[in-house]
Amino acid sequence: MSMINYASREINCKIVYYGSGLGGKTSNLEHIYGKVQPDTRGKLISLATETERTLFFDFLPVDLGTIRGFKTRFHLYTVPGQVYYNASRKLILKGVDGIVFVADSQVERMEANQEAMQNLYDNMAEYGYDLTKMPFVIQYNKRDLPNAASIRDLQAALNPGWEVTEPSRQRLAPDPAHAGENLVEQVSTGEWVEHAPYFEAVAVTGDGVFETLRAVSKLVLKSLA
Amino acid sequence: MPVGSSSWSFTEDDFGAITGTLQRFLHDSNARCALLVDRSGQLVATVGEQPRFDPTAFSTLAAADFSANDQLAKLIGETDFNSLFHQGEKESMYLADVARRVILVVLFDNRTTLGLVRLKMKQTVDELTRLFEQVFARPTHAQGGSPGLLAGADDEIDKLFQ
Repeated sequence: MSMINYASREINCKIVYYGSGLGGKTSNLEHIYGKVQPDTRGKLISLATETERTLFFDFLPVDLGTIRGFKTRFHLYTVPGQVYYNASRKLILKGVDGIVFVADSQVERMEANQEAMQNLYDNMAEYGYDLTKMPFVIQYNKRDLPNAASIRDLQAALNPGWEVTEPSRQRLAPDPAHAGENLVEQVSTGEWVEHAPYFEAVAVTGDGVFETLRAVSKLVLKSLA
Repeated sequence: MPVGSSSWSFTEDDFGAITGTLQRFLHDSNARCALLVDRSGQLVATVGEQPRFDPTAFSTLAAADFSANDQLAKLIGETDFNSLFHQGEKESMYLADVARRVILVVLFDNRTTLGLVRLKMKQTVDELTRLFEQVFARPTHAQGGSPGLLAGADDEIDKLFQ
């Protein structure tokens, strides 16, 4: 639910980082907080337990620049990843403009990733939002770990694509971030499918963090155009 | 435009009407400061004494507080709690729902009383509800109204992310 304030000349948008527990959502925000100029960001708010697990959310406001004289302010949120906290996780999705799903690449976290993805679809549906029609990107985090699954396996499990039924959109769309791959393509059964853009990351060192943020915020601004 | 996303915008005239209503309220209730926060956590307006805290962080937490209490209300069989009161030793705050989309947050100290704030707030909430209903009823570009602010700005957006 973006809000355009003509009085203060600001466009405000909300981006939520979603995913299973200990996947690196908070690390994404911490890296952004540490890297952007202090005058373009606000305070990093964390509602966490004593063991630094997110209890309700983390929040970071950042300014990404000016378009047509309007300051673009992005409010970045993370949700608590643990299954137990679904009630509070759902609240954070209220009024969301764009989603980043942070997947933990480790093979043994595959099931937890899939559960979290299903939970995201379910919670969005309960608000009447259609995830396939809004700015949505996937980040495969922890790519540096030796037990990281292959991108191919992760894509097959978490981003197999949803069907594109509108004839006007049934045309090949190459993925600008990965040569030789497509965001919209026709599969062997003849159906057209669309995948969410994906990015590889190591959030603790910052690799891929800004690429992910740039991609989702660009999609959000384009959805307003 | 994403399904389910209900963007909204308000003009300088809306802003003038909203702040006018809030200024009258602060004068009548002797409260220190009033903030309007949308349900997704974005600050819409601040009137009265400029807060000494970070208003963006405050707005996010106020919206989360209100949302969490809404869910608590549902658990005990109420549809919602349309107002909340937090009492401190010196400073207190009162939060009230406006048109199911915005939250009015009032900060006050011992120069006034909860009773007076609550009394004056009721009328203010009614006025703000009328104002915001007009704002929300206005068609956005997604519903076939005027073209969006960023229509045709694709190049500018691309440039921002180069």
